[in-house]
Amino acid sequence: MGKYIAKRAGYMLITLFIIATFSFILMKLLPGSPLTAEQKVTAAQRAIIEAKYGLDQPILIQYFKYIGNLVQGDLGVSFQLKNQPVTSILMAGVPVSAQLGIWALFIGTFFGMLLGLLASIKHNTIFDYGANIVSVLGISIPSFIFAGLLQYFVGVKWGLLPIAFWGTPEQMIMPIISLSIFPMAISSRFLRTEMIEVLGSDYMVTAKAKGVSNFALIFKHALRNALIPLITVMGPMAVSLMTGTLVIEQIFSVPGLGEQFTRGVLTNDYSIIMGTTLFFAFFFILVILIIDLLYGIVDPRIRLAGGDD
Amino acid sequence: MKKKSLLLLILGLVMSMFLVACGGDDTSDSDNSGNDGGSDSEQDDSGSDDAGSASGEQVLNLIEASQIPTMDSVMATDAVAFQWLNETMEGLYRLDENTTPVPAIADGDPVVSEDGLEWTVTLREDAVWSNSDPVTAHDFVFAWRRAVNPETGSEYGPFMMNGVLKNAEAISNGEAEVDTLGVEATSDYELKITLEKPVPYFHSLLTFGTYLPQNEAFVTEKGSDYALNSENLLYNGPFVLTEWNPTGENANQWTLVKNEDYWDKDNVKLENINVSIVKETSTGVNLYNTGEIDRAGLSAEYVAQYAGTEDYRTLGEAVLFYLKFNHDNEFLSNINVRKAIAMTIGKQGLVDVILANGSLVSNGAVPSSFTSHPDTGEDFREINGDLIVEDKEAAKEYWATALEELGTDTVELGYLGGDSEVAQEMDAYIKNQLEGNLEGLTVEVTSVPFEERISRDENSEYDIQNSGWGPDYLDPSTWLNMWTSDSPYMTMNYNNEEYDTLVHEANNELITDLTARYENFLEAEKVLMEDAAIAPLYQRSRAYLWRPSVKGVISNPMGADFTYKYAYIEE
Repeated sequence: MGKYIAKRAGYMLITLFIIATFSFILMKLLPGSPLTAEQKVTAAQRAIIEAKYGLDQPILIQYFKYIGNLVQGDLGVSFQLKNQPVTSILMAGVPVSAQLGIWALFIGTFFGMLLGLLASIKHNTIFDYGANIVSVLGISIPSFIFAGLLQYFVGVKWGLLPIAFWGTPEQMIMPIISLSIFPMAISSRFLRTEMIEVLGSDYMVTAKAKGVSNFALIFKHALRNALIPLITVMGPMAVSLMTGTLVIEQIFSVPGLGEQFTRGVLTNDYSIIMGTTLFFAFFFILVILIIDLLYGIVDPRIRLAGGDD
Repeated sequence: MKKKSLLLLILGLVMSMFLVACGGDDTSDSDNSGNDGGSDSEQDDSGSDDAGSASGEQVLNLIEASQIPTMDSVMATDAVAFQWLNETMEGLYRLDENTTPVPAIADGDPVVSEDGLEWTVTLREDAVWSNSDPVTAHDFVFAWRRAVNPETGSEYGPFMMNGVLKNAEAISNGEAEVDTLGVEATSDYELKITLEKPVPYFHSLLTFGTYLPQNEAFVTEKGSDYALNSENLLYNGPFVLTEWNPTGENANQWTLVKNEDYWDKDNVKLENINVSIVKETSTGVNLYNTGEIDRAGLSAEYVAQYAGTEDYRTLGEAVLFYLKFNHDNEFLSNINVRKAIAMTIGKQGLVDVILANGSLVSNGAVPSSFTSHPDTGEDFREINGDLIVEDKEAAKEYWATALEELGTDTVELGYLGGDSEVAQEMDAYIKNQLEGNLEGLTVEVTSVPFEERISRDENSEYDIQNSGWGPDYLDPSTWLNMWTSDSPYMTMNYNNEEYDTLVHEANNELITDLTARYENFLEAEKVLMEDAAIAPLYQRSRAYLWRPSVKGVISNPMGADFTYKYAYIEE
């Protein structure tokens, strides 16, 4: 296991390096410069400022400089938020976005599983149909519409929860719920389909014939096997949550990474673009690693160490 | 086996708890959220909790669309930065409600030499920084030198000072020493400013954020940490910024507290201004409706809902939007083509239906309510009147003539516009107007992000471009200088000798003759419009929900959008 993780970490660094290289090149292809008052600064003045930040040098040199700093853990300073170190900006935004995303993922899959379980056990009953309607709505209604409705009714009309901002538990409820609808819907559908299939398989009939209790049957034998496809979709789900946070953060004025990322791209804030891209890439690779590890725990047939590798 | 998955579940739970605990702790640590049920919870609960009962509480709750990019006056370039600099810092002069510069740190109006080159300003001796240091003439010299120093990398420093302060241009190009800049502290409280050439609007320029003072000892001591958060700043204005930290836990909120050391504190009535970042219009409206904030900007879809209510207000701005024509284009080089296009657009429909926020139809190249004639006091726009108005019939005639002159019956033109929702709606509307009224015209709209548009603009890669401009000082030249053929902003290849001469005269020979130069600018605008060099579209307004109890807020046509120094709450 340890060897496996070390190997994966090595691949991870290589992947990050490749991502850093490609994003750097793509970013330099963007039109415009990171200056904030481009429309007003004359070409001569812009050249002077760009020289100050080394932006007048050949892209290859800029690239090596960047990678050099990156290796030393220096992500540079933001152009838009003048002089603010990118690392501090990330450090401020990441915990907030992570808190929002992880809670949403956890709550979403938890309730999604409950719903899926209920639907599969009570297959073809009113519960099944109800769960189905909920998950279809959850998948088809975009989170920002749901967030807007929630904000209006719960926040304004009924005055139950704060409309926006972040910090207190009350302020966190609505953003988390809005974001968890999608993972809830997805996981409930996946689990339901799998459970119905597993419950109908031969070994389940055997187990039942052997006199295994209903509870053990479902939770020990069926659920375990039905979880594998769910774990597979967790990866893409985590990614869609990352983009989801951008929207939800904006609606509820949550001070996460979303603002930095969109603003960075729109204003050519090179160091912010690189910083956030690398962070998102790192996070995604990490999620994939965790999912691979989870496979082994849920299903011993999937072996991680891979023989003599 | 079952144990393992249980373990995993518990682990997951613990991890998320840890994250939450982390966030919670940090928020209370920084003591700025004020919503952990701590001692003073006026931060963002005040509106809903106290608005009804505590009448006359002098607290203003506002929202801002983005983070303050910088509080370093020398580096500031945008509306948000200038807004909060204006409340917490003070320069020599400040704009009053009539947009007239009035003394602030200066003790009376400047004394100007006969040739208009030497300005002497005496400073008041009772102004202090928030660390009790007195505000002296040296603070101005330090900040201004810093602004033009190429090592600082300021964008607005050279933009605001080159060609104005003596030697600024040479210094910012790295060709002269920083201490040769035309500003000098003749004593602690007397500032002598030497200009490159007489600048009639220099008085108003001195109210601008780039001309604010900075405390040398403090700035030097903080080094690259200067102005990164409210702790690393000194204030000399009506309010002191607190709890502002763009990289802190509560980066989305900050508070301004009345400055008890401010020389004019008796005229400051507000105790607190709480500001939160809210980007989404609907969120702002919701916060307004629950009483948590006192002003929310409205987009077009909300205007219909709130127009006519007591809380609805529109504020005109001195920002113009127009179509730029590339005069090198084979069709657009024809004056009749330009006239036909400029006159055929239904501008009234544009402002009433598409924008629907109180924006005004623009029929010239200088906005209304911006500058007035030095003798008569009449507004620039009123004197010159409507120069290019919508007239679909006349447009058709110009178009027919144009096609005849060009010997063609089909014209294809590219149209470069922005990619925001409103911009795209507007551009679709304009395309429709042009193609519907001018037979044989095809308009190909390209919607691009701002950065891309600026880049194409610089390289003259457009036929028609929907563009806009905001002023930087109170003078018609901020609008008219950019259309001369030698202007660094001239990307549309327009070249009219008569226009160039009029503007150059106004900026040089006539610079001290205020009346004559104003007449020149009036004449120049007429030339520009007779040429239909650009097609004016509209002068922007913004629609707001605005708490009627909030009074005394001054709105400025340049620099900071508002001044809250004299604002107060009257329940």
